[in-house]
Amino acid sequence: MIEVKNLYKNYYSEKSGKFAGIGNPKLRDGSNSVPLQGLGVGVSFSVPKGEIFGIIGPDGAGKTTLFRILTTLILPKSGTATVNGFDVVKDYKKIRECVGYMPGRFSLYQDLTVEENLEFFATVFNTTIEENYDLIKDIYIQIEPFKKRRAGKLSGGMKQKLALSCALIHKPTVLFLDEPTTGVDPVSRKEFWGMLQKLRAQGITILVSTPYMDEASLCDRIALIQNGQFLKIDSPENIVNQYADKLWAAKSNNMHKLLEDLRNNSLVKSSFAFGDSVHVSVDNEQLTIDGLTEYLVNNKHKRIEIHPIEPTIEDCFMELSNSGTNSK
Amino acid sequence: MNEIKDIDSEKVIVTENLTKRFGDFTAVDNISFEVKRGEIFGFLGANGAGKTTAMRMLCGLSIPTSGKGTVAGYDIFKEPEMVKKSIGYMSQRFSMYEDLKVWENLELFGGIYGMHDKEIKTKTDELMDRLNFEKERDQLVKSLPLGFKQKLAFSVSIFHHPQVVFLDEPTGGVDPITRRRFWEMIYDATASGITVFVTTHYMDEAEYCDRVSIMVDGRIEALDSPENLKKTYNAKNMDEVFQQLARKSKRKAD
Repeated sequence: MIEVKNLYKNYYSEKSGKFAGIGNPKLRDGSNSVPLQGLGVGVSFSVPKGEIFGIIGPDGAGKTTLFRILTTLILPKSGTATVNGFDVVKDYKKIRECVGYMPGRFSLYQDLTVEENLEFFATVFNTTIEENYDLIKDIYIQIEPFKKRRAGKLSGGMKQKLALSCALIHKPTVLFLDEPTTGVDPVSRKEFWGMLQKLRAQGITILVSTPYMDEASLCDRIALIQNGQFLKIDSPENIVNQYADKLWAAKSNNMHKLLEDLRNNSLVKSSFAFGDSVHVSVDNEQLTIDGLTEYLVNNKHKRIEIHPIEPTIEDCFMELSNSGTNSK
Repeated sequence: MNEIKDIDSEKVIVTENLTKRFGDFTAVDNISFEVKRGEIFGFLGANGAGKTTAMRMLCGLSIPTSGKGTVAGYDIFKEPEMVKKSIGYMSQRFSMYEDLKVWENLELFGGIYGMHDKEIKTKTDELMDRLNFEKERDQLVKSLPLGFKQKLAFSVSIFHHPQVVFLDEPTGGVDPITRRRFWEMIYDATASGITVFVTTHYMDEAEYCDRVSIMVDGRIEALDSPENLKKTYNAKNMDEVFQQLARKSKRKAD
């Protein structure tokens, strides 16, 4: 269970040489030392027990800042957050006992073996591998043949499974997974999400972030995040249903020119390549598929195919994001 | 996707039974393929399938165990330094020197590739104008938004007009619009005759390639245009093709 109210954090990032964080980006300059109050400053959301809640957005959007506050590793500047009813500032010790955390970067001991890492994390939390083996069995069994191998020598997919096992070994009730599938191939990603569904079935609450928009549909609810702010929080189905424009998929014999010609049509709102077709969003009542087909015929396209489609989460993100406004 | 593009039949990359072994582990197992000038060649595979090892050999960074290979006409066994001069490289991790300004990075990389000062200056002006980067020209790279950095990193990798550019997961972590804008830049580069060799975990991006190869356990299991692959595997998109092929993997350890 997670409850976040008007949470705000800004900090100067040495890496990027500017301010980053979560909450209203307009308030992010160094001069701001007064605690911030009022609506519209920070982010708010809540996650009930047993839900998979996805934080979906690109690098630098504030996903990791949010995770670090909720796992009590950094302090928020203003706003409140509780995990299982415990306050992230006052009750941080209690939170650390009941949550599991898988950071974005592989953070296990590279020089310890698979087994030693797991043993270490179990011991730190005053438990044993045997006591909670049931919870990790399905995942750990896949890497058990390599239990004598050093963690640093594992492949990406295996590291990910070990990290998840270590995050689960003390039987947490809330799991924080910061980009667990980044850089992982599509097959391993699918397997990983299968594991998360099983954990949810056991009542574990999961907060998971990802830059892969196709993973959004596997969450119960998602927050689309960009530049420290939530663009939308809802179930993937509702977000798709709320897509306001008409959306068509278009193909022709000359796909590169098709993109150009569509963008030159003033009745088209935006057009972007999506796999083997171009997704065209239209908010103008007058433009019909027949009308657009005729326009493309006049521009010497052949084998034109245009048909209405259901938007994907990626279409929705593009529509909602600010950069979408000049996307023509 | 690129019917108007006149793909020259000249071969920029040729490999024949290219193999790399580490001890008794065969990372790349007898791969043979050709990439034509101006082509966008997608190089796909699961984690640990051998993509990085193969790419390192093609870039002249790792000497193959056996087989043959030429890149830009140079032998990857005998002339790895000539290979390095003729290619560009961009990965998600290493892009540019963050503590140098935009123009300083261009000057540095141009200089490393042996371009003359005058040429560097003209091409820098041209590039800043084309990218609409005049304002950012004097800024440190680290202060640029991720999308800008990526555009710039790609521009740097083709600044010396290499015959072929290797892109190793170039779009990881960026927002969907920036990702698509990036591919539009790739198209523009191929229009000027540069060949693109690209790896990605986004299967929709596989559709933007002229041809795609899929590696499984060190071997190339499939190689064709996305359209033909979808027909062959009776799949509605490239993700399905990939799932069918990559699931054959026996290489459990990796």
